[in-house]
Amino acid sequence: MSKSATIFTEALSCLEHKLDSRYPDWLNKLRHTAFSSVLDKGFPTYKDEDWRYTRVASILAIPFKPAQSGMDHLFSCDAIDKLAGRFGETRLVFVNGHFVSELSSQGPLKDGVRVESLGAVLSQGGPNLSHLFAGDAPLHEEESHVFTALNLALTEDGAFITIPPNTTVSDPISLVFLSDTGATPFVSNPRTIILAGANSRATVIEVYTGILDNLYFTNAVTDILLEDGAQVEHYKVQNEAHKSFHVALLNVRQGRGSKFSSHLTALGGAIGRHEMRVALTEEGAEATLNGLYLPESGQYLDNPILVEHRAPRCTSRQLYKGVIDGDGRGGFYGRIIVQQNAMKSDASQSNKNLLLSESAQVDTRPRLEILADDVKCVHGATVGQLDDEALFYLRSRGIPLENARGLLTYAFVSEMLNLIRVKPLQSYLTELVLSRFSRLV
Amino acid sequence: MLEIKNLYAKIEGREILKGINLSVAAGEVHAIMGPNGSGKSTLSQVLAGRESYEVSGSVLFNGTDLLSLAPEDRASAGVFLAFQYPVEIPGVGNLYFLRTAFNAIRKRRGEEEMDAIDFLALAKERMKLVEMDPSFMSRSVNEGFSGGEKKRNEIFQMAILEPTLAILDETDSGLDIDALKIVANGVNALRRKDRAMLVITHYQRLLDYIVPDRVHVLAHGKIVRSGGKELAVELEKSGYAEFI
Repeated sequence: MSKSATIFTEALSCLEHKLDSRYPDWLNKLRHTAFSSVLDKGFPTYKDEDWRYTRVASILAIPFKPAQSGMDHLFSCDAIDKLAGRFGETRLVFVNGHFVSELSSQGPLKDGVRVESLGAVLSQGGPNLSHLFAGDAPLHEEESHVFTALNLALTEDGAFITIPPNTTVSDPISLVFLSDTGATPFVSNPRTIILAGANSRATVIEVYTGILDNLYFTNAVTDILLEDGAQVEHYKVQNEAHKSFHVALLNVRQGRGSKFSSHLTALGGAIGRHEMRVALTEEGAEATLNGLYLPESGQYLDNPILVEHRAPRCTSRQLYKGVIDGDGRGGFYGRIIVQQNAMKSDASQSNKNLLLSESAQVDTRPRLEILADDVKCVHGATVGQLDDEALFYLRSRGIPLENARGLLTYAFVSEMLNLIRVKPLQSYLTELVLSRFSRLV
Repeated sequence: MLEIKNLYAKIEGREILKGINLSVAAGEVHAIMGPNGSGKSTLSQVLAGRESYEVSGSVLFNGTDLLSLAPEDRASAGVFLAFQYPVEIPGVGNLYFLRTAFNAIRKRRGEEEMDAIDFLALAKERMKLVEMDPSFMSRSVNEGFSGGEKKRNEIFQMAILEPTLAILDETDSGLDIDALKIVANGVNALRRKDRAMLVITHYQRLLDYIVPDRVHVLAHGKIVRSGGKELAVELEKSGYAEFI
């Protein structure tokens, strides 16, 4: 606990400030409870199975200050386009965790569709949203983790998206979380809530990025609720600055016959943890989780995933690929739980890794907990290197070694890029991934 | 054009080639025949630059010391190996792969690179040589190709890259007679005065269609007999028994 003293002190002072501010009572109460639980539990250590590969101690060692607003004047919309891409008309931009309306834009949205700043909704005394802040909807209370509680205690802002029933939003909604700290390391706690009404459809893209050498800590939580028959496509680009830390939880609850797909591309951060928890709570729900992580030297990119089949005839698909270079490390911890009543569950999980150097490492751990009969569950994990036969084949045709390596590496990841259905995002990420392999191609 | 002297090759301590001597002049087609395990494929891999072999001796290719070059540099110098087992490369488009190779070689030679449109035109024209369907262009390299399609793809690549020395390693294996004729026609169309070919095969069958100038018998890592094209016919009758 001693190491985390600084972050606690700062957090406390910030919380005090928040409590006498404009926030509604129900939120203040929740924040208090959350903060007490942070104090009670303390932060996880390498001994916690879920956190074994996220070296929390190195995050806690840095005296992060709570993020302040007011750095946004340094940016223009064009600059944001360059830093985070442009994928649709509606875009909310957050600088250092705070919503910046001047940099944000709203396309023409159908009646009842709301894409707004959560901070604004909360401070304007909006409805009681406490049920949405229930935490990470864990199976067991002890699995709720402390960073989620910290996020709740300290969250400044985030996006609040509501899609009414039977409404299709075809233009993707982008959320950009940009960090620019200057000299002071800070922590921001963005919170995003997406409510997809029955039979609604929407695409949401979250981009996390930062300025080159900045040191900061993003502790993000995104909650997505899909009512019956809703379809949500979610994309996340984790392209934080290289020294920064990124801990995120994407928490999804799915109703009857709903379809959720998520696509992660993780490139940034010294430590980048993107945790997914998907609860298939009603019959016939489908979840497709795709991820690509590309750690290079000095980076650890971790992907804990929990998919819980709680109702019959649900389907889940996971495909995660990692390319690990230098002394980088990748992690995949994929849990599938099939509850007793979840008959005819159909779950699959695949994790494939490519190690580009002798010192690259990956930890891949599938874990299936199947309590029901009559289910279909398959999983597989591979760790390999570039194929010598293929390298020789390419070289024998005149392609130099380094290019041949780049070509094969790109071929490995292109499967993931091809799964991206938002074309401008696909081109943006293709460029980003290619530039990562630039010394190879 | 090709001057092989006293070529030895070892893999994992095992000697496969035990002093090969062979010279091939421009415009000639030489067949290398021999029983399984005689070192035929090793010879082709060593000439193309496979790094897993420990090699000694000398190979001069148009006066250049071939053994000192990396595989990609041998390709730029004009060496091409049609693989016995072409490698499947999922995720890399056939056309993209070939244009990358084509332009890499051009770049190395200080020539101008060709853009995608011109290259597509070139590819379409050369595909006809092996009666290949243009749909193969957009597929991943060799992925899901039948044995015959893979071999056609090799000869198609050769037609694009226009090597001065083409080594065909068991190009006939896995081909039915129709596919064999198509592939052989493609190869024959590529015979030129300034291009030499080394045709490696177990069976005489291929040599009915690609008629060689010289035939060499490889056994136990050495060339044990050389002759004209009639040697292939003789081997077909007598088999390799006397060389094993």
